[in-house]
Amino acid sequence: MRVIQFREALREAMSEEMRRDQNIFLMGEEVAEYNGAYKVSQGMLDEFGAKRVIDTPISELGFAGIGIGAAMNGIRPIIEFMTFNFSLVAIDQVINSAAKMYQMSGGQFGVPIVFRGPTASAGQLGAQHSQAFENWYANTPGLKVVVPSNPYDAKGLLKSAIRDNDPVIFMESEQMYGDKGEVPEEEYLLELGKAHVARAGSDVTVVSFGKIIKTVYAAADELAKDGISVEIIDLRSVRPIDYPTIIESVKKTNRLVVVEEAWPLASISSEVSYMVQKEAFDYLDAPIKRVTTRDTPLGYAPTFVEEFLPNPTRVMQAINSVLYRN
Amino acid sequence: MAKEKFNKETYLNWYEQMLMMRRFEEKCAQLYGQQKIKGFCHLYIGQEAVVAGLMSAITKDDKVITAYRDHGHALGCGVTPNEIMAELYGKATGCSKGKGGSMHLFSKEHNFFGGHGIVGGQIPLGAGIAMAEQYNGTKNVCVCFMGDGAVRQGALNETFNMAMLWKLPVIFVCENNGYAMGTSVQRTTNLEDIYKLGLAYDMPCGPVDGMQCETVHDAFAEAVARARNGEGPTFLEMRTYRYRGHSMSDPAKYRSKEEVEEYKAKDPIERVKAVILKKKWATEQELDAMEDKVMAEVNASVEFAENSPFPTAEDLYADVYQQEDYPFIIE
Repeated sequence: MRVIQFREALREAMSEEMRRDQNIFLMGEEVAEYNGAYKVSQGMLDEFGAKRVIDTPISELGFAGIGIGAAMNGIRPIIEFMTFNFSLVAIDQVINSAAKMYQMSGGQFGVPIVFRGPTASAGQLGAQHSQAFENWYANTPGLKVVVPSNPYDAKGLLKSAIRDNDPVIFMESEQMYGDKGEVPEEEYLLELGKAHVARAGSDVTVVSFGKIIKTVYAAADELAKDGISVEIIDLRSVRPIDYPTIIESVKKTNRLVVVEEAWPLASISSEVSYMVQKEAFDYLDAPIKRVTTRDTPLGYAPTFVEEFLPNPTRVMQAINSVLYRN
Repeated sequence: MAKEKFNKETYLNWYEQMLMMRRFEEKCAQLYGQQKIKGFCHLYIGQEAVVAGLMSAITKDDKVITAYRDHGHALGCGVTPNEIMAELYGKATGCSKGKGGSMHLFSKEHNFFGGHGIVGGQIPLGAGIAMAEQYNGTKNVCVCFMGDGAVRQGALNETFNMAMLWKLPVIFVCENNGYAMGTSVQRTTNLEDIYKLGLAYDMPCGPVDGMQCETVHDAFAEAVARARNGEGPTFLEMRTYRYRGHSMSDPAKYRSKEEVEEYKAKDPIERVKAVILKKKWATEQELDAMEDKVMAEVNASVEFAENSPFPTAEDLYADVYQQEDYPFIIE
């Protein structure tokens, strides 16, 4: 199978859908003439023209709201945030308008829109450019939240997100845009809200999503040398969360670790842990463990980055802990 | 004079529309006192000329969006008193199926895009609605209302900039009734001429006497023509007044009785009525009959709302997602 970059997978998803449906446009900062801050939309201005690939001023609140208004009136916008850190100045429109409109209007005005861009840390970017808000958005009914971890998923999920009639938050990573992976030439879609058993195993279940799942693969590879079989579940969506897939796995392995790049309080890992203790309490042979970022803003120095983020060593420690291994 | 441009039919329409808004909301106030209507309830009484003057200047295909003081706009767009009253009662037959209440009236059928509760939040939405019209190559415009409080939100500046940059077919309308809740315009700015906010973006803008249907209509007609011609947005400051408090719980102690009386002396309904009588377009008796008809409709809307069912508990889960089998978490 051919191998392409994560950013190319996203571009293919958008371009294919824009060829299919004239009602879709892409709007955001630097998406057109600059070809995308991270080159995701490279060449799209040339193909689709300035009517459909639209550069904006630095006005996230304004262009998020304009996109939502357009969506209320029959358009299907894709809105790019240069990073989701900047989405905080637009969050009023995302939460109060996009997530509420269909409900407030008694089902009259839907908002078929995708807000996409990178989330979480990407090196030594300091406190304001390193935040993960997956759980913030996932907390809000009316939204769907998708966090792909590889090029294949990115393309299939983004195509589904664009076709979805509900507002979708689609969170990528600066550090994944150059990742390469197998992506078929022929069209495919991946259903939103369904987790993927990325690796089958029998000793322990590890649930994760997005870029940080790579630490789980590395930890599982290492533990495999000791004969430990890790089942890895890639959530793909964090609203809704595919609980049946998680519960089924835990009933098989009897042990659970959740790995997430986010602050620990009221996070996706908290929520998954709650649901598993509720639905599979009698199947658990050990307390659930989680690996999250440290409970601090991320500092600039390399030592801070290393300490802050989940890494394979911490993931292995958590797995060993639930397996009662030393 | 401007008055000569408007015929009998226009005046009678204005009169009937404004009378409906006024009598409907007087009934709302009564029902709120009886606790039939709950939640927040912001009355439009005193400002009716703005909606009446708009409706004679746009077509049914144009779009309207506003904030939470939205009963008048919904009625003006053609949403029936029955559907609105039922919504205020929280009934399933309401224009938003009981999901919205007073602040969130919506009607896709009548191109009324709501009823929005976060001050200024509807400003970018209005520009987006207009952007969709431009994208589709129609000649329709979006009329986006806001209050004098909303103009202090950052969203206004971001939206004005992009709306001018892209020449969106949108008319931004500030209904300046003098007070953002209890805070007068003077207390929030050193630029009391709100329309001048448009100048920073070279947006055509100006003040309008919002107590007269004629001046309101003329200002809208000019702005609408500009938008339809692809010449972009306009910002109109409608100088108007609300006779009642900000909401039903506001006794409005921040202003004098004299000030309120001064505006009531310019009441738009009385003014239109005087013109109709002077021109002999209708007799007192005929206008009384019109008033009786309006009251009958208002009373019928109350009966309709009273007799309508509340939405069911299960309806809480309806219309949150378009996806029909969305897996809500049940604790």
